Amino acid sequence: MITVATPRQRTLPNQADPNAPLLVVEDLKTYFTLDSGVVKAVDGVSFRLDHGEALGIAGESGCGKTTTALSLVRILPSNGSIVGGSVKLMGIDLVPKTENALRRYRWREISIVFQGAMNALNPVQRVRDQIAEPIEERLGTSATDARKRAGELLELVGIPKARGAGYPHELSGGMRQRAMIAMALACDPAIVIGDEPTTALDVMVQAQILKLLEDLRAKLGLSLILITHDLSVIAETCDRVMIMYAGRVAEEGPVAEVFTRPRHPYTQKLLAAFPNIHADRRTLEVIPGSPPDLRDPPPGCRFAPRCGFAMDVCSVEVPPDVTFGDVRVACHLFPPGGDGGGVAS
Amino acid sequence: MTVPETAPETAPAPIVALTGLEVHFPVYGSLIESIRRRPRGYIRAVDGIDLTLMKGEVLALVGESGSGKTTTGRVIVKLTKQTTGRLEFEGTDVSALWSQKELRGYRRRVQLIFQDPYETLDPKQTIRDFVAEPLEVNGIGTAEEREAKVIAALESAGLRPAVDFAARYPHELSGGQRQRVVIAGALVMDPKVIVADEPVSMLDVSIRTELLRLMLDLRHERGLTYLFITHDLSLAWVIADRIAVMYLGKIMEIGPAEAVIRSPRNPYTQALVSVSPSPDPPDAGMRAKRTILEGETPDAAHVPTGCRFHPRCPVAIDRCKVEEPPLFDLGGGQSAACWLVEGDPRPVSDQPPVSDQVPVSDQPPVSDQEPVTTRLPAPAATVNPKTPEAAP
Repeated sequence: MITVATPRQRTLPNQADPNAPLLVVEDLKTYFTLDSGVVKAVDGVSFRLDHGEALGIAGESGCGKTTTALSLVRILPSNGSIVGGSVKLMGIDLVPKTENALRRYRWREISIVFQGAMNALNPVQRVRDQIAEPIEERLGTSATDARKRAGELLELVGIPKARGAGYPHELSGGMRQRAMIAMALACDPAIVIGDEPTTALDVMVQAQILKLLEDLRAKLGLSLILITHDLSVIAETCDRVMIMYAGRVAEEGPVAEVFTRPRHPYTQKLLAAFPNIHADRRTLEVIPGSPPDLRDPPPGCRFAPRCGFAMDVCSVEVPPDVTFGDVRVACHLFPPGGDGGGVAS
Repeated sequence: MTVPETAPETAPAPIVALTGLEVHFPVYGSLIESIRRRPRGYIRAVDGIDLTLMKGEVLALVGESGSGKTTTGRVIVKLTKQTTGRLEFEGTDVSALWSQKELRGYRRRVQLIFQDPYETLDPKQTIRDFVAEPLEVNGIGTAEEREAKVIAALESAGLRPAVDFAARYPHELSGGQRQRVVIAGALVMDPKVIVADEPVSMLDVSIRTELLRLMLDLRHERGLTYLFITHDLSLAWVIADRIAVMYLGKIMEIGPAEAVIRSPRNPYTQALVSVSPSPDPPDAGMRAKRTILEGETPDAAHVPTGCRFHPRCPVAIDRCKVEEPPLFDLGGGQSAACWLVEGDPRPVSDQPPVSDQVPVSDQPPVSDQEPVTTRLPAPAATVNPKTPEAAP
């Protein structure tokens, strides 16, 4: 397998601070305006991503995980906008950037692999050309060089160069997803966001794609943000996990810690609802009720109406973020200054 | 959700039996060929399977895309005509039953639930109309009787208050509620068998669990039998009494869920079990035990010779290239189609490591091939998947 042109030979954006953390998101708020009201899809989300790290964002449909990711590069539907917070990439806040200025960062610094490869690829353009296009346009390389690089990228993700001359319908589902990954890597970005990158794939192909992402990360020193409702994908590929519920972060920390010792009742329920053939044929849990209407979320903790441990304070006060070592939890069961050992069960 | 370990207390009698089922779809290369009815080949979607559904059980049919699991389900509900083979329902041969009138009677007893509740429901139809439709089509009951049946079905499906839900439109419901409506639509005919094709695949985990629980409750209340079609082995593990694993139109392994998951004997099943996702952070040891197969399931128009799995099989021997293995009975209701288990019905823990076998590494005769991922040498561990009791 040919290695791609040396990674990290990239030019950093002008104002970049080489000492700043790769990505720091603080108190991000993204709202959507509907006729019926304002949907607070992302309502105060903070996290950070370091160089070479893989962060998984998990939660059920409507928890704001995709909106969070799309907000980073502001690929939002026209009725959505960032109303507060900051997204600092190497110290540069992207939120106040104009649309034009932001183009310097999309694909070149942060790229996205979308879920439905069939919908995201242009059916009437050769796969190779679709990958060459952003290289030519964004990096200003010649068409010949861009095409050559596209060929290298295809090899890198495990597609024979010759198949690149074909059209998307000539590729299998797994190959198309590989092509999508090649496209995301085209401009040698610092961060790749995968939005449900394996969801529509067969389990064996999913395993292949996850393996590829893992290899690429090691080889290219990529930082990954993986958005998925599938906790197992995160367990397999990520260093850290962030569990979101109703537009807020419930719990965040190292995968090994959060998955083996979940503190937030929502994390516990989510894990217990996950069928797992490697464990006992256990009783699966149901999370009663349904997520709140984000046009009018409950005051206090948003999970309180469905939480088996809810106390009076939960429906009144928003739980503060409390950290225990490397883990951050927003739950009144864990008051600031506690030892965090009192894992609800 | 408590999973009953065994089917309800009924005498184990077959309710649906497929024998020698083959479904081949002709491939026409041109208009002329299709007019002359001279296909240039066949897609062998289902290629000779025997499958028996016992009364009251949940049988999971597991396989990847193109394995023929959905086609098999469609044959059972008589939406797809078999090429050859026999379909029996409660002991009666229904293979040749194709007239509209006969089909109506049959479909009252055998119902299908599709994956996508968004596409199954008509956005301009109220829930009441959707659920009542099969009754009207079949001319069952008076208007009042139909209304009573609709309400009862909605209540059984957990949509309460049913009168309230009946007047709503699909867009007013959540994804989980829509799938409940689809279930109610199947229940209203009072069926004996439900073929559920990926019924929960589109749903979030917590809603999934509610629906699986509903399906199991209904089995006890109404004495239903399910064929549960899924690509997700872990869902099969949770809901099924027995699991059948399909690959390219054949059953590779079948048996009690416990046996198929805990001691799979066919290398394909073993690989599927080894890569089946788990929310437990894997330690290095677990990862090493994963067998990621190369490539993808070949095109069913070009089925490999011999054992159809041999081009991707990490432990294939020469015989596998030329001769197709039958299902060997391994005792305890488990069978596997693999030459390596022939005449060797020992429990898997007594097996010698299969990694001694010479792996076949020739080019698979398939067009759509991904030359990717490291082929892990099958360590003994994949053949003997002592899955550690994951304890979160």
